[in-house]
Amino acid sequence: MADLTRLTATELAATIATKDASAVEVAQAHLDRIAAVDERVHAFLHVDAEGALAQAKRVDAGEISGPLAGVPLALKDLITMRGIPTTCGSRILEGWRPPYDATVVTRLRDAGVVILGKTNMDEFAMGSSTEHSAFGPTHNPWDLDRIPGGSGGGSAAAVAAFEAPIAIGTDTGGSIRQPGAVTGTVGVKPTYGGVSRYGLVALASSLDQAGPCARTVEDAALLHAVIGGHDPLDSTSIDAPVPDVVAAARRKDIKGLKVGVVRELQGEGYQAGVEQRFREAVALLEQLGAEVHEVSCPHFEYALPAYYLILPSECSSNLARFDSIRYGLRVGDDGERSAEEVMALTREAGFGAEAKRRIMLGTYALSSGYYDAYYGSAQKVRTLITRDFEAAFAKVDVLVSPTTPTTAFRIGERIDDPMAMYLADLCTIPSNLAGNASMSLPVGLAPEDGLPVGLQVMAPPMADDRLYLLGGALEEALLGSWGAPILEGAPAL
Amino acid sequence: MSTITRDEVAHLARLARLQLTDDELDTYAAQLDVIISSVARVSEVAGEDVPPTSHSVPLTNVFRPDEPRPGLTAEEALAGAPAVESQRFRVPRILGEEV
Repeated sequence: MADLTRLTATELAATIATKDASAVEVAQAHLDRIAAVDERVHAFLHVDAEGALAQAKRVDAGEISGPLAGVPLALKDLITMRGIPTTCGSRILEGWRPPYDATVVTRLRDAGVVILGKTNMDEFAMGSSTEHSAFGPTHNPWDLDRIPGGSGGGSAAAVAAFEAPIAIGTDTGGSIRQPGAVTGTVGVKPTYGGVSRYGLVALASSLDQAGPCARTVEDAALLHAVIGGHDPLDSTSIDAPVPDVVAAARRKDIKGLKVGVVRELQGEGYQAGVEQRFREAVALLEQLGAEVHEVSCPHFEYALPAYYLILPSECSSNLARFDSIRYGLRVGDDGERSAEEVMALTREAGFGAEAKRRIMLGTYALSSGYYDAYYGSAQKVRTLITRDFEAAFAKVDVLVSPTTPTTAFRIGERIDDPMAMYLADLCTIPSNLAGNASMSLPVGLAPEDGLPVGLQVMAPPMADDRLYLLGGALEEALLGSWGAPILEGAPAL
Repeated sequence: MSTITRDEVAHLARLARLQLTDDELDTYAAQLDVIISSVARVSEVAGEDVPPTSHSVPLTNVFRPDEPRPGLTAEEALAGAPAVESQRFRVPRILGEEV
């Protein structure tokens, strides 16, 4: 039998449906792959072999069917799964087992998806490299000395290392798309409100969004269709049907599609090989019949500073719940110390450097005397960025840019320079601030370092299907020129 | 000019309930200074006439019918607690006086 871990989710579902392989065999093949390579990749924080095999048996018994029935998946450790450790990459939640399932998890189970385990991430999703995990970094399968992106580096690395065909990430400022770009995988941030946040441990509630990671655009679409749609348990969830992303991924015809290249997301600070592969991909879109225009979004240069005020503000508020009272770590409770002292000792011991940095930044931005100048101004910039998008989408159907200015950097390279780390999300942040749909897909390897480059597609809210329309067509054309999927070129692990 | 002093960082840490070490205070004072100086650029374009956006989806008052439905049991709710006593969360000392 062919190596089951090399098949796409679409192929695996077909293989299981025709009984050429059982769901249990598929699950076991992936568990074996994890056992063989994850010591080096460290994509997983917890593997639930027992739960995975039990779910696979239900699929084999014919209890569940559907387009992803029996397909294994890796779940970011920010998402609750009843009885399974959920740490968010933090010591403060080490050992915590949630008493309920996230809506995303319920929908995956109902679709027959086999959840293999929980993936590594920057602590509470704060970071662009997965180095801020309390449990050690994840390594990029293309080069184990390099970062796999972040915060969802574990989910992207698991998919790139053939440990799982698909994964769930969450994206607050690029945490699905940037790891996708630097690992040669597909990552999608759906429209804000398009996928339920119930059961996602909150980082910045107005920005967080769960979405798919995959090796192909079609696989991402199938996963998007399973997890998307209104959820009464999330009051910010949009009560409207999810666009038909699967049909869009399969159409592969972009004649007449109006594509805008964002002028402000290129030039100084962008790696030459990233810009080269991006320009080649845009030329390919033109050959496929798309109409390409250059579009200006003048306020995008303020997106990064606005984000690093809005996010820390929401984060300092959300992370206040880690108070050592109801769950998680408690340190220094000797019967003498006050609740407040125990709280401060616990948070000091339980949070890592980046979490503390952002909590204090948010506390500062929200404090009286500074509120208007910082948080207030950042919220105004959010309006200006949304207006830039609206003006652009009046002229074009989608916008494109590189996903991230550089390819994967080396582990340790930016860890002591927070501003350098933040620059990795320069291109992805605007979509979070505006609540847009956005995708990253691989468009080749940078000539100077042989590492993957991602192209970002951005679409208006609730027009997620346009991402898949462009993504599906571009992926097919690139595959034609490469002769094999990009990940076939990654070194053997 | 520095935008944030070491004493201000110590104050922020107290507000945020973080018992920082002296080394951390030094590190964060330097780093927060760089970050705040950089993000302060937002005020360049945040004119009086620009309304703020707090959320990309304008929603107000999402209701559901007020009907009883199953929730967590006391055991489930307490399962992750650091300390439990008599089916309740046990908290550290909360009163200032000596007991």
